[in-house]
Amino acid sequence: MRLVILDNYDLASEWAAKYICNRIIQFKPCQGRYFTLGLPTGSTPLGCYRKLIEYHKKGDLSFRHVKTFNMDEYVGLPRDHPESYHSYMWNNFFKHIDIDPNNAHILDGNAPDLQAECDVFEKKIKEAGGIDLFVGGIGPDGHIAFNEPGSSLASRTRLKTLAMDTILANAKYFDGDLSKVPTMALTVGVGTVMDAREVMILITGAHKAFALYKAIEEGVNHMWTVSAFQQHPRTIFVCDEDATLELRVKTVKYFKGLMHVHNKLVDPLYSMKEEN
Amino acid sequence: MPSNKSVSDAPVVQFTNCRILKNHKLQREDLWVREGKILNPEKLFFDEKIPADLQLNCKGSIIAPGFIDVQINGGFGVDFSLATDDVRPGISLVSQKILSHGVTSFCPTLVTSPPSVYHKVLPQISVRNGGFHGAGILGVHLEGPFISKEKKGAHPEQCLRTFEEGAFQDLLATYGCLDCVRIVTLAPEMKRSSEVIQELTSRGICVSLGHSVANLSQAEEAVQHGATFITHLFNAMLPFHHRDPGIVGLLTSDQIPICQQVFYGMISDGIHTNPAALRIAHRAHPKGLVLVTDAIAGMGLAPGKHTLGQQVVEMDGLNSYIAGTKTLSGSVATMDTCVRHFLEATDCTVETALEAASLHPAQLLGIEHQKGTLDYDTDADFLLLDDRLHIQATYIAGDQVWRRNTFTL
Repeated sequence: MRLVILDNYDLASEWAAKYICNRIIQFKPCQGRYFTLGLPTGSTPLGCYRKLIEYHKKGDLSFRHVKTFNMDEYVGLPRDHPESYHSYMWNNFFKHIDIDPNNAHILDGNAPDLQAECDVFEKKIKEAGGIDLFVGGIGPDGHIAFNEPGSSLASRTRLKTLAMDTILANAKYFDGDLSKVPTMALTVGVGTVMDAREVMILITGAHKAFALYKAIEEGVNHMWTVSAFQQHPRTIFVCDEDATLELRVKTVKYFKGLMHVHNKLVDPLYSMKEEN
Repeated sequence: MPSNKSVSDAPVVQFTNCRILKNHKLQREDLWVREGKILNPEKLFFDEKIPADLQLNCKGSIIAPGFIDVQINGGFGVDFSLATDDVRPGISLVSQKILSHGVTSFCPTLVTSPPSVYHKVLPQISVRNGGFHGAGILGVHLEGPFISKEKKGAHPEQCLRTFEEGAFQDLLATYGCLDCVRIVTLAPEMKRSSEVIQELTSRGICVSLGHSVANLSQAEEAVQHGATFITHLFNAMLPFHHRDPGIVGLLTSDQIPICQQVFYGMISDGIHTNPAALRIAHRAHPKGLVLVTDAIAGMGLAPGKHTLGQQVVEMDGLNSYIAGTKTLSGSVATMDTCVRHFLEATDCTVETALEAASLHPAQLLGIEHQKGTLDYDTDADFLLLDDRLHIQATYIAGDQVWRRNTFTL
């Protein structure tokens, strides 16, 4: 595992965006050879999306040969509802970049057969050649996507009922009214994300600190599903100072000491202008 | 399952690098247009999965809904109240010329005239969509002849009428044909006005109060029978009095029925109303303010003499009076000038100024689901403006029908 610690949210977002940018450009995507990206939602990745859009608008990064697969979507929420993950992705990312709409995949929470929708999603990932880089976040209860505590660490894309912690955390997006928060979602499984060639988890804020501690300093445990990535060969955790508050001083010092190595991954920052 | 098939083969145009007036705010968003309507790009992305066919860089321009002028008597030498055998060339000329003022829809207005004029002119005018030929015609505004003698303003006294004998039948006999009539201005203190207002409203015609000496309760009664507009507030009505605010009192009246709103026209040319009065009205009832030009034949022309129906008016560049008098008779301001003057005089937001000339007149006429906004699926009638609200280009149904010489996308 790489644990990359930045001083604050903005710097963490920027580091993550630079990493994604470099990975896409170094891959040299072109017609018929797409870079596949797994994408998250929520408040944590917003800063990262903003930076990626900035690189795109400056002409340094194009998504024309990038395929994306989102982690999850609520069940039963109309697609054009302002809190659906379709709306989130459109407003915060897709509408600002040049991705081909046919390459942007998000689970349909209103599909007539939800399990079939999940199976087709897994098939599409396979047909795309698997995921090159899966970007995710972590819930306060240590979940990745909507793989709530107790989810099998070998799970695939499926329907999940949301845990109370998650519903409470999401209430702020539904006017604080718990009755309006969806109770079910379609989500990629822990196993689905583990299949990715590389995984990057973004964790910022003190309220995520305990989950980060459980995920990397304790054992692999299905009650804290992010801990599964201890067994993935290439995982990067990108976080800010606040998210490290529950870690041992020794852990933090060790990884901070490695920052000069980590920074070589984002400096120099590549640009598609040079490639041309 | 949403279909992946394209809903239409028509080209999708994306206007980028602009600020659009949406949900009462200027927002950094792109505007998408297809087949004359404003398109929902999110639906296009997820349902049809197609990109835009054409992207146009608006260079930071403001995009606002096209202006709607509900009171315009003519312009460029054309007087709508003149009894000609063929009014269409005149209407076409004006509808073409006002595109450069940002007006994409309008109501040609006829001032008080003898019945022969109405019988000759009204059947020749029809509601029609705008386009390269000019701004769209929403219907006719009939200002008079059922108005007060004391507040006739520039209207000819000999043509004033009442309907106390036959109420609505009198009105119908005077006008002849109501097919294309959209607004009627009358004085509510006239006997039997309530029945007339009720009948007009039931036929979908907007009733406006003006050229009147009505007191507040007479005005409120008219509103309760269906009147929803006030013609050029302050002008040609009793002045505000603290014990009887008259028609002006409708702005803050508590007798307006719940589902109804009173709108009021203001000629914001710096002449018809003192800026302080404009500010008082705006602050009292900001959502009801509708900018109108009340433009006359001399608008757009050099100073001189022109007609306004049966009257002769003198225009000296800014002001227009009945020849030989100091009675104001319409204005020569253009709609975009009115919007800019309104912005400056009230120090309101750009959004407020733009909505007073687009959203509010659309709401008055009950067409806000189609015009007056940039909401998805509404008509793509819009303007590109610079930061000081000068029109750079005018679009109707997604087509560029006018642009400033120095402006290209």
